[in-house]
Amino acid sequence: MKTNNRTNPLIILFLTLFSLSCLIPFWLVFMVSVTNEKDLTRHGYSFWPNHFDWEAYRYLLHDSANIARAYGVTITVTIIGVVVSLLITSAMAYSLSRTEFPYRNALGFYVFFTMLFSGGLLPWYLVYTRFLHVQDTLLALIIPGLIGGFNIFIIRTFFTNSIPPSLVESAKIDGASEYRTYFSIILPLSLPVMATIGLFTIVSYWNDWFTSLVFINNEKLYSLQYLLNKTLMNASFLQSIANKAYSNTANVTQPLESIRMAMAMVAIGPLVFVFPFLQKYFIKGLTVGAVKG
Amino acid sequence: MAAGNPSIAQERTSDIKTKRKSVLRQLLKHRALIILAIPGIIMLFINNYLPMFGIFLAFKDLNYTKGVWGSDWVGFQNFKFLFASNDAWMIIKHTILYNAVFLIINTTLAVLLAILLNEVRRKMLSKFFQSAAILPNFVSMVIVGYLVYGFLNPELGFINKSILEPMGKETIAWYAEPKYWPYILTIVNTWKTVGYSAIVYLAAIVGIDQEYYEAARIDGASKWKQMTSITVPLITPVIIILTLLAVGRIFNADFGLFYQATMASGMLKETTEVIDTYVYNALLVTGDTGLASSAGLLQSVVGFMLVITVNYVVKKISKENALF
Repeated sequence: MKTNNRTNPLIILFLTLFSLSCLIPFWLVFMVSVTNEKDLTRHGYSFWPNHFDWEAYRYLLHDSANIARAYGVTITVTIIGVVVSLLITSAMAYSLSRTEFPYRNALGFYVFFTMLFSGGLLPWYLVYTRFLHVQDTLLALIIPGLIGGFNIFIIRTFFTNSIPPSLVESAKIDGASEYRTYFSIILPLSLPVMATIGLFTIVSYWNDWFTSLVFINNEKLYSLQYLLNKTLMNASFLQSIANKAYSNTANVTQPLESIRMAMAMVAIGPLVFVFPFLQKYFIKGLTVGAVKG
Repeated sequence: MAAGNPSIAQERTSDIKTKRKSVLRQLLKHRALIILAIPGIIMLFINNYLPMFGIFLAFKDLNYTKGVWGSDWVGFQNFKFLFASNDAWMIIKHTILYNAVFLIINTTLAVLLAILLNEVRRKMLSKFFQSAAILPNFVSMVIVGYLVYGFLNPELGFINKSILEPMGKETIAWYAEPKYWPYILTIVNTWKTVGYSAIVYLAAIVGIDQEYYEAARIDGASKWKQMTSITVPLITPVIIILTLLAVGRIFNADFGLFYQATMASGMLKETTEVIDTYVYNALLVTGDTGLASSAGLLQSVVGFMLVITVNYVVKKISKENALF
């Protein structure tokens, strides 16, 4: 490195262009959300509007009940989901990591087989709707994401590699029960892996729209992503949101196009804000995920 | 000796008894670990095992009023319908072709990106590039649908309004024209996933022993030579493993991509329908459960066989990278 401290400018140029191509679509959507509706209908979407106009955001603020409720659903589901998921997953991983546990191989296979074979969408759908009857409840959004074989194995690997067995042994000699060992020794020592898996679980709950698409009809239970999905694909739904915001302005053209994009921005906004802080863990998680557990 | 059976039989029964006892004792002894695992066991049972038992539905004419158990058995009727319509071959072809193209483009670009990212010496700059690269992976497919719509909205979208119209060309009704979508979906998929893969390969490159490069520099090897003779060969095992694992999943399409990016437009089906969207539509849009269950079972079984085969191959190449 001493001999060659400068990076080839062509490489920097290429990577800059690549980074721009990753970011530019977001920029376009943001610009549409702050473009005057008349400009939009005349010139279409563009990367730099002739007239900035925050009208769409004013609309959304005026009646924010829809978005606030969707945020509430998403936050509730995400918090409950990630806490329960981490507990269940790590407890199982702990049992799997204990060498003296005689059923660990059988249990390991039980987990592993779920990664190889799946019953498919239809039986899965029937289990939740005809057997558990959780359609149109928040449980339908929480339960499916609670456990995954991959996460169990990643945490198990962390337990076996990073927590010395002697620690568990000495806790046992001191008379600690397995529960106590797990809760007050293992869990505090596993913060790194819990943070990584936890972050991924948060992102997958936060970004989930599929379970809503399949299980949710009640508008009050729309998660943030599903609300967005509806707004994009269903013009009358978008219209109804705009109408709720200003029901008395029937003659004024509603900035439907920019409202739509403003909704996307309201949903992405917080995410983009926390992203730089989480980026490090996210990258760590990606590379953990790539290596076999 | 044969006459002495009673004692042997006695021994045997007591053997079984002690064995039973020891099983019980073992269960009791390890009850804490069993209890810790039980919530997970139950969740996997509900979410994964119960649906597996449900695969027999592919051989039934599912009738909600008769119930899951009461529905009539119809043998391979559902499969006959599935293959009679030509849909089966179309969705299989689409799923495999899309995944294959995605895999080739994604891997090539990701390796190239990883090598370039590894060359960036300034920490801040490298962090920025990496952040930008994985941001698309961080957002949901719904958001991706919005981003695509920003470009392709037929009336106002960037491409029609700011590129095609000013050039005097005719605008395109993107969401009604199937022929463009293989390209669009490839671009969108690459945009969404290539950064992630690049970061994975970058981790592999960073793990390469620096001594190789030092030795190469002393021998006067150029950057290009170092790249082709050290970096690429040394990460080839990772490339092979990740590629094989992707091949194992080649029968499973990314539902989100094909559903959200196309805005679920029915007019695009002839180029965008894959197994996953087909099963979804059959189950929840048209309500044809026979097609949904038979296509789903086909996907599960072929997918399972692929994973087993791929694992066998991976095991031959490098044992420690095999799944099992």
